[in-house]
Amino acid sequence: MTTTTIPHHETVYPKRPWKATKADLIPVFAALAVAALLDYAVVAITPMKGKLAYALLFFVFGAGFQMALKWKKLGRRAAVDSLAGSVAISGAVIAFVPVLSLLETTIVKGAKGLSLGFFIHDMSVANYQSPLSEGGVVQAIVGTLYLILIATAISLPLSLLTALYLTEIKGKASGFIQFLVQAMSGIPSVVAGIFIYSALLLTTSLRGSTIMAALALAILMIPTVTRTAQEVLLLVPADLREAGLALGATQWKTVATIVVPAARNGLITAVILGVARIAGETAPLLFTLGVSNKINWNPFSGGQSALPYYVWSGLGDGTELGIDRAWSGILVLLIVVLSLFATARIFGTRKVKIK
Amino acid sequence: MSTDNSSQPNSLAGVAAARHREPGSAPLGSGLEARGVHAWFGSHHALEGVSLDFAAGTVTALIGPSGCGKSTFIRTLNRMHEFIPSAAMAGEVLLDGKDIYAPGTDVTKIRLQIGMVFQKPNPFPSMTIGENVLAGLKLAQIKSDRNKDELLEECLTRAGLWQEVKDRLGAHAGGLSGGQQQRLCIARSLAVNPKVLLMDEPCSALDPGSTLRIEDTISQLSKTMTIVIVTHNMQQAARVSDYTAFFLADGGPGQMVEVGPTNEMFSRPKDERTENYVSGRFG
Repeated sequence: MTTTTIPHHETVYPKRPWKATKADLIPVFAALAVAALLDYAVVAITPMKGKLAYALLFFVFGAGFQMALKWKKLGRRAAVDSLAGSVAISGAVIAFVPVLSLLETTIVKGAKGLSLGFFIHDMSVANYQSPLSEGGVVQAIVGTLYLILIATAISLPLSLLTALYLTEIKGKASGFIQFLVQAMSGIPSVVAGIFIYSALLLTTSLRGSTIMAALALAILMIPTVTRTAQEVLLLVPADLREAGLALGATQWKTVATIVVPAARNGLITAVILGVARIAGETAPLLFTLGVSNKINWNPFSGGQSALPYYVWSGLGDGTELGIDRAWSGILVLLIVVLSLFATARIFGTRKVKIK
Repeated sequence: MSTDNSSQPNSLAGVAAARHREPGSAPLGSGLEARGVHAWFGSHHALEGVSLDFAAGTVTALIGPSGCGKSTFIRTLNRMHEFIPSAAMAGEVLLDGKDIYAPGTDVTKIRLQIGMVFQKPNPFPSMTIGENVLAGLKLAQIKSDRNKDELLEECLTRAGLWQEVKDRLGAHAGGLSGGQQQRLCIARSLAVNPKVLLMDEPCSALDPGSTLRIEDTISQLSKTMTIVIVTHNMQQAARVSDYTAFFLADGGPGQMVEVGPTNEMFSRPKDERTENYVSGRFG
């Protein structure tokens, strides 16, 4: 190896002087620890008791001490800034506690009943008093996936076209349609079920089936997806539309090849919000789904099952095993919906990266 | 094209020579000084070892091709660089001898003393013209003992906008032209009385008339504050600045190639790359 002469530079390392250092964080954590101790002492010696008192006082003391620290170091403006930060953090914590609590209860109570049998068996040879490993949710999982798929297949094109009418064509009926979409988003879900029941099932010889329930769910999904898609399309800069049109493209080509792809991630969010709106709906299914305790692969005839319906029947059964089934059913529903969302996200972002 | 620019009647060097004055006559404190400033975005080393002294009461122009780190550098001077999540830096920036990156520094007070005018005019859309000018006082919660109307008139006059807007101070700022909006933004940054004003390509979106008016404004302001201006317009650098610094990213991180009095930079630069750039043969 020969020695080469490399001009020597003193190595400079990237730093982030704006980030809090350990020395900055020690008083912050010390103040929080003192706040916790004080919190404990106040709850012990005053009539205020319970978890709520602990939480509330901790926020008050914690925010107060942080404020005092900032005030001493940087003055009043920094103290007010710190208070606003504490309030925002407290708000986020308060909003997330019920969500986390719900999740925890569902996982703890639902996980007990999960077994391979619960996933691969249907309810055709079991009843609600059977052990959970002998009668399961496979027919309800298939039913829910069918419902989500068909309801999305019906509502996504309708919603996207409506949103395009409202944002791109801006036709004369825009105001009226906008009003209708808003009014539709307020429809109670049971009304959607009764509508399909009275319009299609009572008046004809049709019976409750997957497609009927999916139609009822689509009524609920359309306004959510339309509103979100509309907001997302409005975020696409007008410059992009003009650039497309200025290249001699028709409006249809501009929308299809520039506007919609630019809004792709947002449109995926719109579909996810729409699916979230309907995945757990039970009421519209009561009148439209028919009933089945085994897998029905035909969406056009025969009753179907669905996870929310399964949960509802388990609760209605009222026995200990029925309620266990309900909890496990809720957990399975959560898992199914979360995996769908994860798939949609991965699918959506991968397509963008390829470009 | 001749390399001896000064022999041409309308050359940049000629413009710069006509502009040149002895700076630093006003007692303005000790100005701003960058010492060995590096900047990174994630693992990308964007700026390497820039040391530059901005004497009080001078106008310094930063020139160089796109992507050479001028804008990154100017944003390290008032700690706006750190808003980019992956950003990192090294080195020191001294304002009146104190490092603005020192631990325990109140960054809001630093930005109060080192104002900034952005490339795109950004008046606050919900405020009137008058409210925009005084917005800094409200945002920084400064209790000024000065008469608001006097301050308003003074700032707008210094920014060269008073005559055009004095009868419609209550109108919304969105109705102004691009050049007027930019001068409004300058007036807004003046109201909090900064020691240093950073301008990041303030005229790049403006017509020549508005550009000239803003250059007049800069000349007026340089009597009472230190100004750093990033510009792609070398005529502008020659017209308004006392000193010019040339930045270049030659494959690696951006570096400052050369700095000197503006008339020398445009007539007899020391570095060949500077000469190529200012004579228009490259960049």
